[in-house]
Amino acid sequence: MSTKRVAALVGNPNSGKSALFNALTGARQKIANYPGVTVERKAGRLVLPSGEPVELIDLPGSYGFDATSPDEEVTRKVVFGEFPGEARPEVLVVVIDASNIEQHLVFAQEVLELGRPTVVALNMIDLAERDGLVLDAKALEQALGVPVIETVAVRRRGLAELTQAIAEAEARAESDPNDHRQPHLTLPERRLAANNIAKGAILSETAKHKLHARVDKVLLHTWLGPPILFALLFVIFQAVFAWATPFADGLEAGVGWLSAQSVALIPPGFVQDLIVQGVLAGVGSVVVFLPQIVILFAFILVMEATGYMARAAFIMDRLMAYVGLSGRSFIPLLSSFACAIPGIMATRSISDPKDRLTTILIAPLMTCSARLPVYAVIIAAFIPSTTLSGGIGLQGLVLFALYVAGIVGAMAAALVLRRSVTKGAASGFIMELPKYQLPRLSDLLIGLWQRAWVFLRRAGTIIFTVTVVLWLLLSFPKAAPGEDQVDASFAGQMANGLAVVVAPIGFDRDMALALIPAMAAREVAVSSLATTYAVASDDEEQTALALGDQLAARWTLPMALAFLAWFVFAPQCLSTIAVARRETNGWKWPLFMLGYLFAMAYIAAGVTFWSALALGL
Amino acid sequence: MTLDALPLNTRARITAVDWGQLAPEEATRLQALGIDAGAEVAIAHRGVFSGGDPIALEIGRMTVALRRAHASAMEVEALTA
Repeated sequence: MSTKRVAALVGNPNSGKSALFNALTGARQKIANYPGVTVERKAGRLVLPSGEPVELIDLPGSYGFDATSPDEEVTRKVVFGEFPGEARPEVLVVVIDASNIEQHLVFAQEVLELGRPTVVALNMIDLAERDGLVLDAKALEQALGVPVIETVAVRRRGLAELTQAIAEAEARAESDPNDHRQPHLTLPERRLAANNIAKGAILSETAKHKLHARVDKVLLHTWLGPPILFALLFVIFQAVFAWATPFADGLEAGVGWLSAQSVALIPPGFVQDLIVQGVLAGVGSVVVFLPQIVILFAFILVMEATGYMARAAFIMDRLMAYVGLSGRSFIPLLSSFACAIPGIMATRSISDPKDRLTTILIAPLMTCSARLPVYAVIIAAFIPSTTLSGGIGLQGLVLFALYVAGIVGAMAAALVLRRSVTKGAASGFIMELPKYQLPRLSDLLIGLWQRAWVFLRRAGTIIFTVTVVLWLLLSFPKAAPGEDQVDASFAGQMANGLAVVVAPIGFDRDMALALIPAMAAREVAVSSLATTYAVASDDEEQTALALGDQLAARWTLPMALAFLAWFVFAPQCLSTIAVARRETNGWKWPLFMLGYLFAMAYIAAGVTFWSALALGL
Repeated sequence: MTLDALPLNTRARITAVDWGQLAPEEATRLQALGIDAGAEVAIAHRGVFSGGDPIALEIGRMTVALRRAHASAMEVEALTA
C-alpha cells in the first residue's frame, strides 16, 4: 500500500473548477483551512474506475505561478510540493474555460512546463458552443501533448472520461516518477503561443451576439443597472422576513412541544429546570432564525453562481470608492448581512491589504442575522403594529431604520478609518466579470448545507454552553424566602457591577445582565432575558408569559430604543472576534475593533435614550 | 488618446502602457488578464458616477472591470472597422 495519492485541480478563476470539483467528488468533501494561512482547503474523494480512491484537491483559482495574492501563493506552493504537511499532487488537472480559451491557455502552459502527469479538462464546452465557438479537442491534445477531455461540469458531461484520464495519468506517475521539465517561456511568449494554439483548435466561430453581452446591456446599463440591483436587494430582504415566517413558526412550535414533553416526562426539579428554562428557552430561541439565514445565503449563493455578484460589485464600486473602498468590498459586506464570519472570510479576495483590513473592521456593522432575534423581540414588544400611510408598517420601518443605521455607521467608520489608521493609496478595482451561467441545484444545496451547519454547530456548542452556564449562575445561590432570585444569584451580583457603567445610557440591571453572556453571541441576549425572567418569575402563570409581554411590563420605551441602538454597533460575537484575529494574524486589530465599536454603541445608546426621554416617549 | 477617453463600443488597440502610474500588484493583475500593449479592447459599459467610473472593458473573450485611473495610464489608437 503506497502513501495517499493526490490529484489537484488548477486553473484560472472562473474556469468552473469548483463546479467540476463538486461534480467529481459529490458531497464527499472536507473543507478546512491550510495551516498558517487563511485560505480554504477543499478536498474530496474521487473513486477511479479500478475502485481505488484518490484525494482530489481544489486549489484556489490562479492566473500564474508568480502572482501575489495569498490564494495564488497556496496554489503555487502546493503544486511545487513546497507546502508543509501537504503531499505534492502526482497528477495535475488543468481546468480551462472553453469559451475563454486564449486566456486560460496562458496559465495551462505554465503548468505543462513542469513536465508532470497532467490532464486538461476543456470545461464549459456548452457555453462555448452557445457563443458560436466550435473547438477541436483532438487538435488541442496534439498541440499540448497531454490528454484533453471535454467536460460540462454542471451537466455531468465528460466526467467518466476525465476520471479515466486521471487514472491513466496516475499510472504514468507511478511508472515514471521523474519530471520532464520543459523550457520556461516569458509571459508575452506564453500569451503568443496560447493565441496560436487556440487558433489551431478553433474549428469555426460564428459571430453571434453573445448572451452575456446582451444581458449586460441591461444589467450593467448606466441608468438601469443600479435600480435593478437595488430592487433585487429590496426583494432579498423582504423575502428573508416574509418567506422565513412559516418555517420559523414551525420550529418555534417544535421547541414548544419539546418543552411541554419535557415538563410532562421529567420529574420537577433541577434536571427539568435545566432543560426547560436553560437549554430549550435559550438554544430554542436562537435556532428559530435558521430559516432566515438559509434564505439570505440562498440568494447570495445564486448571485455568485450566476455571475451577477461581480456585476453588483461593478455597480457598487464607485459608491464604495467615496468612502475609500472598492467594489470588491461589496461582496463581503453583503454576506455580512447573513453573518460577519463568512463575510470576513470573503475579504480574502481583496488584494489590497488596507482595503481588506478596513472591510474586516466594518463588516460587524452590517446587520447580521444574529441581531434579528434581538430586534424582532424588542420591536414586537414596544413598537405598535400600526400601518402608516402608503401601507408601510411601523414595525418594518423601525427594522429598516436599524439596518440603515448599521450601513451608515459602517460607511462613516470606513471614511474615518481610511483617513487615519488604515490610510493608504487609493484602492483599485480590477475584476473579471464572468459569463452568466445557470447554477446547478446540487451545488447550491451543498453550499447552503455547509453554511447552515456552521450556524447549527454554533447553536449547539457556544450558545448551548453559554446559556447553561448563565442558567447555573442565575439559579445559585438560592434566594432566601422573600428575596429576589436574580438579585441573590452570582449572575445578578456581577450584573450589578456592570449596571453602574451602563446606567448613564439608560440600561437597568436586567439589561446589563443580558449583555454579559451576549458577548458570546448577540442572539444570546434574547435567550438570556428569557432565562432571567423565567428564573425571576416565581409562579407558573408568570413564567408562561411570553418574553415580549415580560419586556413590555418591565422596560420603558426609551430603554428599549437604547437597547436596540446598542446592538446596531456593539461587537458582541466571540466568533467574529476570533475570525478577525485569525484573518489579521494578531490581537491588535480585533482589540481595536472591539474598542471603536463599543464606543460607538455606548454613544448611540446614550444619545437614543436621552433623546427619547427629551421627546417624552 | 488614453483609454479612459475612448468612446463606448469603439474597438481600439493599446499602444503603450505607463506601468509606473500603477501599483505593482495592479500591473501584475492587468498583465495576467492580457491587458498590455498590443491588446485589442473596447469599452462595453461605464458606471454612472464620477464621469463613468468604473469601466467594463472587453478584451478577447473576457469582460474585465477596471477604474478610470488604470485606463488613463494606457495609450490607445482607435481601429477603423
